[in-house]
Amino acid sequence: MTLTVAILIASLAVYSWKILGHSVPKSLLKSPRVSRIAGLLTVALLSALVGVQGFTSSGQIQFDARVPALLVAAIFLYLRAPFIVMVAAAALVAALVRLWF
Amino acid sequence: MKPRDELRSSKSSVVSTSVGVALATGLYGISFGALAVSAGLEIWQAMLLSLLMFSGGSQFAFIGVFASGGGAAYAAAIAGAWLLGVRNGFYGVTMAPILQKTGLRKILAAQLTIDESTAVSIAQDDPQLQRKGFWLTGTLIYIFWNLASLLGAVLGNALGDPAVWGLDAAAAAAFLGLVWPRLKGRGNLLTALVALVVATILTPLVPPGVSILIAGSSAFIFGWRGK
Repeated sequence: MTLTVAILIASLAVYSWKILGHSVPKSLLKSPRVSRIAGLLTVALLSALVGVQGFTSSGQIQFDARVPALLVAAIFLYLRAPFIVMVAAAALVAALVRLWF
Repeated sequence: MKPRDELRSSKSSVVSTSVGVALATGLYGISFGALAVSAGLEIWQAMLLSLLMFSGGSQFAFIGVFASGGGAAYAAAIAGAWLLGVRNGFYGVTMAPILQKTGLRKILAAQLTIDESTAVSIAQDDPQLQRKGFWLTGTLIYIFWNLASLLGAVLGNALGDPAVWGLDAAAAAAFLGLVWPRLKGRGNLLTALVALVVATILTPLVPPGVSILIAGSSAFIFGWRGK
């Protein structure tokens, strides 16, 4: 498989949910359990990605400049800073930590 | 005169809400574009994701898993993006009876069905404003998101080594920013914490990307029994 093919398949897969939602009767997805799990799935996957992106490198667990960067990101989020500002601040902190240490 | 004034003010407020949300959301397309090329995508491949996938969480997930595993992680990257897109299906269920579209318009509406277009729409009281909020927000975000992705990809391409610029930390921060508004209530917090720890610990032990999918299954464990 090439990267482009993977992108096309993944895009189709994401679209399949969107069109499915617009096409099925409302009752089918109305179960509180189903919608609860769907909501938690988003939370779980995004949190897992925070862990893998933040604390692993080349398949190994690694705590480095990304840790203080994430702490700063959390402070910016708590202060309700815009997304792009928060992301830029995290990048800046990591870059500066690497420059100084 | 009063009712008409109120109607006008709410009409203009749906426009300003749509534009505000679209601008704010579109802007973080810059970080997506930059992170996509730093993960190893060509500029046009990053754009393919923004144009075709058009769902922030899924796009970040795809490039995140790809960055961690390369070609060995294609299947996990596809699965991760797909699973993160599941909520769009629920938004579709909510939006379909409001929009009442068929054929080409339904196909278009489905592509624009994301967090923000749904949120702006259902925040309106009047059905006409709900439709307006959906189409306006969805269309504007589509435009801004793609322009910003392109800008970010071009900038990211010029930056060179992503670690020097802290772009790897930016990727982690982006995921934190995406999950942050959902960290409400004990069930969500617990799920988030378990998923983060499980994914991190399992990463050295399983093929690239797989730890994310296993951690995602904590949603079923915590979601099955209720809050």
